Amino acid sequence: MSFSLTLTLNGAQRDIVLDDPRVTLLDLLRDRIGLPGTKKGCDRGQCGACTVLLNGKRVNACLALAVTLDGAEITTIEGLADGDTLHPVQDAFIEADGFQCGYCTPGQIMSAVGLIAEGRAGDDPERIREGMSGNICRCAAYHGITKAVQEATRRMDAATKGDAA
Amino acid sequence: MPDTVQPIRFGSNSGQPVSRRDGIAKVTGAATFSADNSPANLLHAVYLPATIARGRVTHFDTAAAQAHPGVTHVITPANRPDVQGDPEAKPTLFSFRVEILQDDSVRYAGQPIALVLGETLEAATEGARLLAPQYAAEPVATDLDDGAPFDIEPGGFGRPQGMVHGDIDAGHAAARQAIDVTYETPAQYHNAMETHAIVAEWDGDRLTLDVPSQALNMSCAAYAYFFGIPAENVTVRSPYLGGGFGSKAIPIGPNILAILAARMTGRPVKLMLTRQQMFGPTGHRPATRQRLRMGIDATGALTALDHESLSASSRFDDFFEPASNASQGLYAAGALRSVHKGVRLDIGTPGPMRAPGEASGAAALECAMDEMAHAAGMDPLEFRLRNYAETEPGTGKPFSSKALRDCYLQGAERFGWDGRPLDPGQMRDEAGLLVGWGMGTALFPCPMFAAEARATLRPDGTALVETSAADMGQGAWTSLAQIAADSLGLPLDKVAFNAGHSSLPDGGVAGGSGHTATAGTALHEAGCDVIRQLGEIAATDPASPLHGAGNARFVARDGHLFIEGDDSRSEPFTDILARAGGAALTGSGKGVRPPEVGQEFAMSSHGAVFAEVRIDPELCQMRVTRLVGAFAAGRIINPKLAESQLMGGMIWGTSFALHEKVTHDRTTGRIVNADLAGYHVPVNADVLGLEVITVHEDDLHVNVLGVKGVGEIGIVGTVGAIGNAIWHATGKRIRRFPIRIEDLLTA
Amino acid sequence: MIPFAFLQPTSVDDALAAWTPGAAWLGGGTNLVDLMKTGGGQPSLLIDLSRLPGLRDIEMSDDGGARVGALVSNADLADHPAFAARFPMVAEALLAGASGQIRNAATVAGNILQYPRDAFFKHLGEDPLDGDTTSLSILGANGPVAVHPSDFCVPLAALDAVVEVQGPNGPRDIALADLLAPTADTRTALAPGELVLALRLPAEGATFAGHARYLKVRDRTSFAFALTSAAAALRFDGPRIAEARLALGAVAPTPWRVAEAEALMAGQAPDADLFERAAQTALSGAVAIGDTGWKIELARRTAIRALTLAAAHTPARLPALPGSPFAAQAKDHAHA
Repeated sequence: MSFSLTLTLNGAQRDIVLDDPRVTLLDLLRDRIGLPGTKKGCDRGQCGACTVLLNGKRVNACLALAVTLDGAEITTIEGLADGDTLHPVQDAFIEADGFQCGYCTPGQIMSAVGLIAEGRAGDDPERIREGMSGNICRCAAYHGITKAVQEATRRMDAATKGDAA
Repeated sequence: MPDTVQPIRFGSNSGQPVSRRDGIAKVTGAATFSADNSPANLLHAVYLPATIARGRVTHFDTAAAQAHPGVTHVITPANRPDVQGDPEAKPTLFSFRVEILQDDSVRYAGQPIALVLGETLEAATEGARLLAPQYAAEPVATDLDDGAPFDIEPGGFGRPQGMVHGDIDAGHAAARQAIDVTYETPAQYHNAMETHAIVAEWDGDRLTLDVPSQALNMSCAAYAYFFGIPAENVTVRSPYLGGGFGSKAIPIGPNILAILAARMTGRPVKLMLTRQQMFGPTGHRPATRQRLRMGIDATGALTALDHESLSASSRFDDFFEPASNASQGLYAAGALRSVHKGVRLDIGTPGPMRAPGEASGAAALECAMDEMAHAAGMDPLEFRLRNYAETEPGTGKPFSSKALRDCYLQGAERFGWDGRPLDPGQMRDEAGLLVGWGMGTALFPCPMFAAEARATLRPDGTALVETSAADMGQGAWTSLAQIAADSLGLPLDKVAFNAGHSSLPDGGVAGGSGHTATAGTALHEAGCDVIRQLGEIAATDPASPLHGAGNARFVARDGHLFIEGDDSRSEPFTDILARAGGAALTGSGKGVRPPEVGQEFAMSSHGAVFAEVRIDPELCQMRVTRLVGAFAAGRIINPKLAESQLMGGMIWGTSFALHEKVTHDRTTGRIVNADLAGYHVPVNADVLGLEVITVHEDDLHVNVLGVKGVGEIGIVGTVGAIGNAIWHATGKRIRRFPIRIEDLLTA
Repeated sequence: MIPFAFLQPTSVDDALAAWTPGAAWLGGGTNLVDLMKTGGGQPSLLIDLSRLPGLRDIEMSDDGGARVGALVSNADLADHPAFAARFPMVAEALLAGASGQIRNAATVAGNILQYPRDAFFKHLGEDPLDGDTTSLSILGANGPVAVHPSDFCVPLAALDAVVEVQGPNGPRDIALADLLAPTADTRTALAPGELVLALRLPAEGATFAGHARYLKVRDRTSFAFALTSAAAALRFDGPRIAEARLALGAVAPTPWRVAEAEALMAGQAPDADLFERAAQTALSGAVAIGDTGWKIELARRTAIRALTLAAAHTPARLPALPGSPFAAQAKDHAHA
C-alpha cells in the first residue's frame, strides 16, 4: 500500500509518496527527504530534540506519523532563517551561548519559536523555563537557553511594535 | 624550573569571550552529526538487546524476521561472519571487551544478541522485534549487596590504586572527635543527547566511518584491529559530537557490528542506538558504597581521612569507579588512606563518565566533611580552610598553582555565605519554604595526553591550522582556534581551523579535561614553529627590515613580525613570504607534558561551590534555587565557553544529587527506567540562579599555555554542596544519592 | 512496529463503520504511537480521527457548563480563556502535564484514555514489584497495578465530567469515573468500537471557579509524572464551605474520589483540622504495596495542601509553574 501526501515544507510544496505507514515525520524528514537538521534524541516524545512546527505549533516529530499529515504545513530548523539572515531566536542562541554540543539545539530553537508564538511566557524567565522544559539539554546549557529566549522575545516584541508604529 | 617553560605569548584572542565559531552551523541545522549522513545505497542496521542479564539465547525466530518485507539480513551468533580481532582483547588504552555476537551467552541486559539489516529503518526495527528470542535465564545479581567484595588489583585504566600516607591508625587514635559514615551512589548512564551512531562504508580494504569519537585516531586503531587492516586504512569523520561525557572515547560493540555488516553486504550501513539502548553496551558510572572515617583534633585539624569505596563492575571486565581518589589530594590530614574494593555483577562494563571517581568520591567526601564540621561546631567553610593543603597532602609536593583559597573567598562573598546559621532548619523564605545553604570543594587533576598539530601560513597572510581534535560541546572549534591565532600572531578571522577528521595530525583524546591543554599546546607549538621559520627567512633576507636580527627573538602580532622589544622594526608576513617565492610555510607541533614536571609538581584545578535549596516543608519537593561556583583552572582561553561548560558541570551535580539513578528489575536484571521519562536528568525549570566565577590563576608549569581544564570539575563540588544544603534546610542527612522526596519524607 | 492498515475517515459514521477488532483510534498519537514503538500496542488497523468534522470545538454553554470536542488539543483547551475561567483547576492540571510539545498534539480524548506507564514494560513480563514502585497504586487496586497517569483526569473526576461516546449501539454518556474504572479484562468501560466524541463539564463545576486548584508533587520541577497529585475545589457560603470536591491523582488506577471526605467538609469553616480529616478520610482505604508506604503520607499531605490552596483563592493568572509546590514566583537572581 502506498500513500500520497502533499506537505508545505519550509514554505515549499512537496509531494510525497510513502510506501510504509509506520514512518514518523521525524524519519521522513531525516531519512527520506534529506533534512537531517531535526534530531532524534529519544524517539518517544521525552526529550524534544525533534521539535518542529506543525501548522504553526511546536510538536515532537517523532510521535507524528507522516501518513496522517496530508496538507500540513511544517517548518524545520532548515527553514527558519531567511537566507543568510538568522531568525532572532537563532541569533540569540549564539549570543547567549544557549548550547554546547548543538545536538538538541534545532529542537530547542524550534520549541522557543513555538513558545514565543504561544505568547505564554513573555520575557518572564520562570515561565520561559517552564515553557522550555520539554527540551532536554544534557550539556545543560539551560542558563543560556533561558537568556536567549528572553532576549529574542524582547527583540521580536520591539520589532513588532516598531512595525506597528 | 620556570626558565624551561616558554613564556606565554599573550595574544589578542585568548581570554576573549568569542561566540562559538560553529554557532551558525548549529543553530541552522547545518552541523552534520554522524547519523545525519545517508550515503546512497544505505542499509539500516538495528540490533536486538537482550532482555535478561544472565544466561543463554536458546532460540530466535529467524524466519519471521527474514520474511519481514524490507529485511535483507539477519545476523546471529549462528551465522555471523568472522572478525579478525579478538572480542575479549583490548586493542587500545580506552577499550573494553565487546559483545559482537561471538557466542549465545548473555552477560548483561541490553547486550546485543542479534543484528538485523533492512532497506528502511522501519523494516530493520520490526525485523529485530520479530526475532522474539527465547532464553535459558540464570539468577542475576545487580545490587551491590548481591556480590562478594574483593580487593582490586591496581593496574591502570579502570583499576584504581589505593594509597596510604602516614599512620592511619594513629590518626584515628589521635582524634578528639570522629565520624564514621557510609554514602551510596547509584549507577548512572551518560545519555548524551546524540545516541551512539555510526555510518560505515568500505572501499576495498579501506574503511570510512562517520562516528562520534572523543579520540579519533585511537578509534581508528581499535576498529582496524577488529578487521585486520592497518590503522591508516580507517578514516573517522567526527566533526561534531552530540555530547560525549566519556562514553564516546570507547569503541563499542554495536559499532563493530555495523562495520562488519557493511563489509558483509558491500553496502554502507547506518546504525543508531535507540535511547533505551543507551542503557546497554555504552558504559556507565558504576554504583558505589563509600565509607568515610574522619577524625579531628581540638583545633579542628584532620588527624585522619580514611576513605574506602566499593564499586561495581561487570563479571567480565574491569572498570571500577576510583571514588576514594577524591580524598587523596585535597585536605591536609595527618594521615590519609584510600582503599578501593570491587564487586562483580551482571551488568555491562562501566566506564569513565564525567569526572570518574571525583564525582562520586567528592559527593561522599564533601558531605562527610560537612558532617565533621557540624560535629566540631565549625562553619563548613572555616573547617575546610582549617584543613587547607598548602602542599599536596601526603607527598608534600608543591602545587603548580592553587588558587583554591580565592575560590572559597570569592564564591562565599558572591553567594553571601556570611551569616549562614550553623544549625540546620533555621531559614525559611517568604513563601514558607525551607531554605538551606551548603558548600563543597572541587578538585580535578589536569592531565595532558599527547596531540599533534600542523599550522600553515599562506602567502595571503591567512593561516590554516589542523588537528584531529573533537568538539563534543566544549568549544574546541573556537578555543583551539583562538590559541592557534595567538601563536601565529593573527586575528581570529584570518585563521581557518580544520578538525574532526582522523587524517589530520592526531588531536589526541577529548577527555580527562585535558583536551584544550593538550591539543592547544600542539597548536601553539605548530604556530611557533611557523613563526620561527618566518623569522629565519626574514633575518637572512637583506631586503627585510628584520635582516640581521638572527639572534633576537621574534614576536608575531596582527600579521606582522616584530623584533621583541623593538616595535620600530617589523614586516608584514605577506611581504616576507612574497619575497621568499610566495610559497606557504608549514610548521608542526606536539602537545605533551615533560614527565619531570609531573614528578616535581602536583597539578589540579580547584573550585568551591555554594548551593541554596528550597524545600517544601510538608511535600518535601526540592529545588536548587542558587548555585555559585568559583573555579581556578589556570588560564581561561574563552570565558564565555568555559563558563558554559562549568555551568553544565554544575547542573550535572544537581542531576547527581537529585535525579539520576537506574533501577534494575531484580528478576531479569533489566533496567526498568531505561528512557528519559524514567531516568531523570534536569529540565530547564530545574535550573535557576546559576553563577560561575573564574578565579585568576597563572600557572607556569602545567603547560606553556597555563591551561588546566574545566570539563569535569563543575560536577565535583556541587553534589556535596547540594546534599549539605538539603541537610541545612531540613536537619535530615541523607546518605544515599539521589536524594528523593521519599527520603526526606521518611527520614 | 508491526505494519498496519491506515484509514483517514471524514465522517464519524465512516469511522465507526471502519472499526474492526484489532483496530485503534488515532488522536494526537502522543501515547499510542509511543506504545506502538515499544511493542506495547500493536493495532492492525489505525483509524486516524484527525479529519472528523466538529470534534475540535469548545462550546461554553449558557448554563455555565462546557462541551469540549474529543480532538481539542490539551494546549488549546488550557488556553481557552472562557474555559480556563470557569474551570481553572482543569487548565492548571493540563498545563502541569507533559511538555508544551506534547500538549499541542495530545487530544482531550487521548489524554483521558491514555495507557498506564507500566504498559511499556508489562508486556515484557517484568514483575513491577521488583523495579521502580513509585508508579504503583496504593488505592483501589488488588495487587501491583500502575496508577492512572493523567493530570487532566483528576480535576475532571472532581467535577463530575461526562464523556459522550458513539458506537455500534448508538450514542451514550458515560461518567468519567465510570469510564476509567478498569476491570480485570478491560482498561476502560468503552465497548469495542466505541468512539469518544466529546467531554462535558456540568455547569455546577463552574461554581467552584473562585476556589479551585490542582497540585502535583514531582521528582523534578517540570516534565515529570506525578508522585501524587490532588484537585481541590471549594464553594463557599459566607465563611463556610458549602460544597467541597477532592480528587487524588497518581494513587490509584483511576482518579480517586471519596464521597465521605467531601461530605465532611460541607457546612464547615475551612481550617487545617478539617482538611486533615478530609485527607485522612480520602485515604482511609490506602494500602502500601512494596515499599510505597511513603506515598500514602505524601498523598495525605498533598490533599491537605491542595485544599488549603483552594481555600485561599484561585489566582487571577495561572502561576508560572502550574501545579507546582514552587508555584509562587521564585526570586530570580540570575536574570535580575
